[in-house]
Amino acid sequence: MRAVLDNFDAYLQAFGYTLFLFLVAGVLSMLLGTVLAAMRVGPVAVLRVVGTTYVTLVRNTPLVIVFAFFSFAAPDLGIRFGWLDVHIGPFDFTTFFGAAVVSLSLYTSAFVCEALRAGVNAVSLGQAEAARALGLPFAGVMREVVLPQAFRASIPPMASVQIALIKNTSVAAVFGVAEAVSQMRSFNNEFGTQRYGIALAFAIGYVLVVEVVSYFANRAERRYRVAT
Amino acid sequence: MSKTASILFDAPGPRTVVRHRLYSVAAALVVLVLVAWVLYRFGKAGQFEGEKWEVFTTPEYLSTLLVDGLLKTIQMAAFAVAGAVVFGFVFGIGKMSDHGFVRWPCWAVVELFRAVPVLLMMVFSWYAIGPSTDNSFLAVVVALTVYNGAVLAEVLRAGVLAVPRGQAEAAYALGMRKSQVMLLILMPQAVKIMLPAIISQCIVALKDTALGQYVLAPGLTAVSKQIYLEFNNRVPTMLVVALMYIGVNLLLTALATWLQRRYVGEKRVLQVSAAGTADQTTI
Repeated sequence: MRAVLDNFDAYLQAFGYTLFLFLVAGVLSMLLGTVLAAMRVGPVAVLRVVGTTYVTLVRNTPLVIVFAFFSFAAPDLGIRFGWLDVHIGPFDFTTFFGAAVVSLSLYTSAFVCEALRAGVNAVSLGQAEAARALGLPFAGVMREVVLPQAFRASIPPMASVQIALIKNTSVAAVFGVAEAVSQMRSFNNEFGTQRYGIALAFAIGYVLVVEVVSYFANRAERRYRVAT
Repeated sequence: MSKTASILFDAPGPRTVVRHRLYSVAAALVVLVLVAWVLYRFGKAGQFEGEKWEVFTTPEYLSTLLVDGLLKTIQMAAFAVAGAVVFGFVFGIGKMSDHGFVRWPCWAVVELFRAVPVLLMMVFSWYAIGPSTDNSFLAVVVALTVYNGAVLAEVLRAGVLAVPRGQAEAAYALGMRKSQVMLLILMPQAVKIMLPAIISQCIVALKDTALGQYVLAPGLTAVSKQIYLEFNNRVPTMLVVALMYIGVNLLLTALATWLQRRYVGEKRVLQVSAAGTADQTTI
């Protein structure tokens, strides 16, 4: 523990990277996941097939391979993140960070899509039929009846997906982002005798972040629960 | 395009069907262009040259890939899942104990290991055992065991709670003790409900073995690294390795679906959130 307390700024900075990765990839994955979910529940057959294929492939590929793709293969496609060169305070957001954000977002969006789709499927067909019977137009059926229930039903699985994203940010350590796990490994290299304290300190950091997110998710779930 | 109503759309009429066909054609064109562009760029970068793929038709390398790569990966996942099932049973039952001094420590262990990234556990156990390549295998197995075990503990709890209440009540009425109710009545039914969820957890374990790369573990990622360093064919190797993972995982998914149909019926697969909910129910 001593090692972490003496280098507390390094510890905080490492979790700063973790949080930045989580926030940026979290927002992007929700956007992309919504598009994918729309493709998969929409009426256009080709888009449904594309969405399904994407989700199946990405869900069954290890995140490390997705990361590796954006580190090694994407440059051959002309996709490089060399243009990314932002510095805020002690944080540097460069090539590695860009690749990490894109990998995490693409990977997580497959799971976001499934969470949303589960939410849509949780609404019973009779709800929409009743709304149509009342004479609501398509937009009205969506806005007033289907989507509110679908969003509410998808809060718990969506929270699980986003919490998994927090933990998945650790994979960025393998690909050169100085986030928490990578910092933990370098602490372990420097202060080999204190590994229990170091692991505990970093575990506490993750537990705190996860508990904060799940606290808000639980509150939202309770607040917006659909009566059944 | 099937002509049925979904929750979002009514059954389409003739004009809408024509419109949807047009959208389909347009979407197909966009997708084709995108795929063609990717293939063209990879081709231009020389990734489709025969020599880069030749490795994967050479029996010697193929057997290395399958034995040192896939087999080791599956071994790590299998050991981890076997350990995780034991861990999950111990702590899952512990979490449902009537005694607070058993319940709360089990709760804490499960919560801790579920909230901590697998990679952190891997790095920790690697340094704890001794950071050398000989110990990587064990480190990966230990990390995956505690993480998946913590998740399976929740699955077990959900499975036991999914057994109708009357079953336990009837058993108590017959004069059974708590341990008898759990072992003879609840557990056999819960295990049946849990099976698909356990197989899904195998997929998670298998995918997470790829993280072992960070602690120099053997397996597919290690073998692929040797191959692409030797032949300078990163893209083909990556594609082959990804396809191997996807293939095995799809087989596991099919198994889970079959078990679901065979043993659980129309009920949904057990969904367990990644962060615990606070409610503690005891049987």
